[in-house]
Amino acid sequence: MRREAPRSLADYTPLFFPGLMLIVFFVVPFSTMIAVSFFKRNPSGFYTPDFVIDNYARFLSTFFGGVLGFSLMLAVLVAVCCVAIGFPFTYLLTRRPRRVQTLWLVGLLSVLSLSEVIIGFAWSTLFSRTAGITNLLVAIGLMDKPVALLPTFGAVLTGMVYQALPYTILVLYPALVRLDPTLLEAARTLGASPVRAFFNVVAPALRNTIVATLIMVFVFALGSYLLPQILGRPQHWTLSVLITDQAIYQSNMPFAAAMAVFLVLISLALVGMTLLVGRRENAL
Amino acid sequence: MNRLIATPITRRGVLGAGLAAAGVLAMPAVLRAQDKSLKVGVYGGYFKKSFDEHVFPEFTKATGIAVESVAEPTGEAWLVQLEQAAKAGQAPADLSMMSQTSTLKGQSTELWTPLDTSKFKHYGDLLPRFINKYPDGRVAGIGAVAWWITLVTNTDVYKDAPTSWAALWDKANEDKLGLLALASNSFLLEVTAKTFMGGTNALDTEDGLNKAFEKLAELKPNVRLWYRDEAQFEQALKSGEIPMGQYYHDVTGLAAADGFHVRSTFPKEGGIQDSGNWVLSRASTKVEEAHAFIDFMSQPSMQGVMSRKVGTTPTLKKEVLDLKPEEFAAVSSDIEPIIPRYDLYTSKADWINQKWTELIVG
Repeated sequence: MRREAPRSLADYTPLFFPGLMLIVFFVVPFSTMIAVSFFKRNPSGFYTPDFVIDNYARFLSTFFGGVLGFSLMLAVLVAVCCVAIGFPFTYLLTRRPRRVQTLWLVGLLSVLSLSEVIIGFAWSTLFSRTAGITNLLVAIGLMDKPVALLPTFGAVLTGMVYQALPYTILVLYPALVRLDPTLLEAARTLGASPVRAFFNVVAPALRNTIVATLIMVFVFALGSYLLPQILGRPQHWTLSVLITDQAIYQSNMPFAAAMAVFLVLISLALVGMTLLVGRRENAL
Repeated sequence: MNRLIATPITRRGVLGAGLAAAGVLAMPAVLRAQDKSLKVGVYGGYFKKSFDEHVFPEFTKATGIAVESVAEPTGEAWLVQLEQAAKAGQAPADLSMMSQTSTLKGQSTELWTPLDTSKFKHYGDLLPRFINKYPDGRVAGIGAVAWWITLVTNTDVYKDAPTSWAALWDKANEDKLGLLALASNSFLLEVTAKTFMGGTNALDTEDGLNKAFEKLAELKPNVRLWYRDEAQFEQALKSGEIPMGQYYHDVTGLAAADGFHVRSTFPKEGGIQDSGNWVLSRASTKVEEAHAFIDFMSQPSMQGVMSRKVGTTPTLKKEVLDLKPEEFAAVSSDIEPIIPRYDLYTSKADWINQKWTELIVG
């Protein structure tokens, strides 16, 4: 089936609704935020409309640079872990009978019904000294005494990967299920081991899907606010935590807005770079 | 859809609708019959529920003034709403419960109608810390509710109660503390000043503040959790996972009464006393009713009811109260409290916040 290029205005009508939604729910709020980020903060009151760059100037310090760097690093790490675990898992899942697949997918969807708060508290219990999983290890004689596994970076990472993994799998699943099995058969006939065939044929064939998934998880993880607080030390707090502190507890909206704008710009730049690199490699 | 439209309108239906409409129309009449009314903003959740149950009906019974309670959010959102409404001449609530810092911020725009203290019979019995004044001496707010943040411990881990806030700095307590995450809700600068620097006046100068920050930095290795959410710490304290920290005296007392192995101690330097004021929006026309309400709330008998039923600390001198010693001990202490330096959180808010964040995150 050939797709015709839209010719008249009427051909564009299906775009109006999404366009409107984008304006109402993204363009307008984001523009407001940009405007507020230039407003003047009044420490004893709220803020007054103005055009000052103090809010951005305050952000440009090694301290906030460090926090921003950590947030980005954490989000990248979560994305990489999710794809590293999710991709082989989804691939193996698509090789199972239909019934088994459905059961797994329903299970994964049910994990999505858990809120971040529940996930956070559940992991904090699992990692605790008094009631956590190390007690099981003690019971079977692998450890001498139970220890607390939080607050640590590992705990934060585990919690966030756990939260993002169902999304990862649900995004990868349609692409993997549609993957032409003859590709793999050809590779095997030509003598590749299953592992080699997976890495040399399946993974490259789905490169765009993998990149898209990485970006999605990255953006998802960047907004994480609760898990770093529940499972980590203050060093593990993301920029989102500090933005919330400013917005809610210090009522410093202009500074919070400036930080948020900065975070959005940096992540857009990173996403853009990833896509650009991907396109150039594709062209070769 | 079609079926709905096709349904014939019955006589009974019309009658029912008419009655319902009459009922709705009659509601304001009921209020009018009470003659006077007052909209009072109280923190949503526990406070609103307790006030609706124990306080407002009593007030209406005593004065004939009907109360409409409005749930207000904690934090500064309500201040901002009141401020913006007042600019338009509106008052979403006449009287509101307002934190000390927000009361000070409202002062800067003259948001609060100055109160006529001659209308309060027990004005002289109020503890001075519960009278919030404009810089020129006019009264901006009168204490509404007060609570304590004290030193709490898990009794399984600490057989003996600690006696001083200095326990937070004790090297033996490494990785054992849960503390509030913000300068403006933990009041740890004040605790540091009172414990090691002779009093909160030491924080008057930037030099003093810097010294307090340095001293505070020493306790960092002891802190396992910097919490914003109360439930996070309470759970860990009860289980002994995080056996020491700062927490609310009333909630800890309730947990202990429920059989959890926790205790709240007033250290010898004093517990931290935080409180909220009754403030009257300048856009409100219910000045007389508002004074009647504050007068009613400031009676010893009502303060007793509040302490017993709601668990708040009385705003009046101990001598005039009708509380039994054990009832008083449940909500307060004779040890001189640490009163937070609210002025710092308006005048130097951003500077302190920045130093604080760098201290605990860095």
